[in-house]
Amino acid sequence: MTVVENAEQAKKDPSYLKALTELVYQLADDDFIISFRGAEWLGLAPHIEEDVAFSSITQNTMGHAVMFYELLEELGEGNADVLAHERTLEQRRNGIYLEKRNGEGAYHEEPYYDWALAVVRNYFYETFKKIKMEAISTSSYKPLANVASKALMEQTYHLAHWKMWMNQLQHATEDARERINSRIEEAWSEFEDVLELGSYANDMLKHQLISSEDYLKEAWLKEVGVNIANPPESPLGKKYGSGRNGVHTADLKQALQTFAEVYNSDKKAVW
Amino acid sequence: MNGEQGIANIRSVLQTVDDPELPSVSVLDLGMVHDVTLQGRNVMITMVPTFAGCPALDFIELNVKKAVEDVEWVDTCDVHFTFEHQWSTDAITDRGKEQLKKHGISPPPENYQPGDEWTVNCPFCGSDYTSMENVFGPTACRSILYCSACRNPFEAMKPVVSLTKS
Repeated sequence: MTVVENAEQAKKDPSYLKALTELVYQLADDDFIISFRGAEWLGLAPHIEEDVAFSSITQNTMGHAVMFYELLEELGEGNADVLAHERTLEQRRNGIYLEKRNGEGAYHEEPYYDWALAVVRNYFYETFKKIKMEAISTSSYKPLANVASKALMEQTYHLAHWKMWMNQLQHATEDARERINSRIEEAWSEFEDVLELGSYANDMLKHQLISSEDYLKEAWLKEVGVNIANPPESPLGKKYGSGRNGVHTADLKQALQTFAEVYNSDKKAVW
Repeated sequence: MNGEQGIANIRSVLQTVDDPELPSVSVLDLGMVHDVTLQGRNVMITMVPTFAGCPALDFIELNVKKAVEDVEWVDTCDVHFTFEHQWSTDAITDRGKEQLKKHGISPPPENYQPGDEWTVNCPFCGSDYTSMENVFGPTACRSILYCSACRNPFEAMKPVVSLTKS
């Protein structure tokens, strides 16, 4: 494998650079949007210790998003803050399921959020993140491999946390089981694009940036199969299309508007 | 000031720069300083971040720069964070561990292997009759515990080690 040591080297091969930036946008945008949805739970989690845990995980995950946006900055994509705040819906590469609203209502107005959605979404996502980071930790692009190794050391606590919730609620009351199961069913019809790499998947594989989509998907199915009491029999779906190719819902629009509200009020301000 | 003396001088200055969220524990004792190099009167410091997203990092960078540039013979100091080397809790020095305890924070376990259970002794009374209240704490690197022997709540550094230990 030819190891690419830095951004300058990566920029010399346009095909390599394109596949690499696409992949890093996906990683950055996934961590970014799941952290935004996590941040909306602040003060609303089921109990105080959970509030501490969830917000700590969220802060850490947003830190991972920052590392990925900074890699993009080095690759010449522009300032990391601008990438996070100003890109349009079509430019976003996160999986669509990750942008879904937390439930009914809004943060400032009657937030009837659904904890079962938070548990299933974060458990599914963190399970996949581990598989993806492991695949990237041997990536041909050294700076990305380094960041993935760093994320893995910290993310192990996130995954353990959501796995615990998943196991406990699945073996709790009838009500808990039903709520979790219905969110699993829902996720099953929407989660597939999270597991995919978009239209540059073959180039990513060719340049040894990450493993194949098939491998990633299989590894995820196998892993969640161990922790879900009754996995749905239907095949995985991507009901709203593929976020990897810039398709998104009104939920992402709402998230970006809220996220960038203060930033947009004065773009020159130094925080 | 020759090279070796200069570097020793800078390291002694770094011994005085504390983590803003852990007063009395220096960045040197936390194992965050990877390398110090000199080019004449210019100092380059390579540091390894603790947790990604830790808001203290920006302050640490500024404080290190300021402390080093205050040294009489130094013109400039550049601080650079690298991901090439991963910080792990094994990098915390013995003095760092002692200072953490004074702050009511138990140091991380030694030679921890990922997935292992770990016991935490109370930083106040030393008892191991303790329980984990929350793996997550007020900062990304800390957990919240309770000592049933001396009945004090306390914190502990989470073990953070490479999953593929070489």
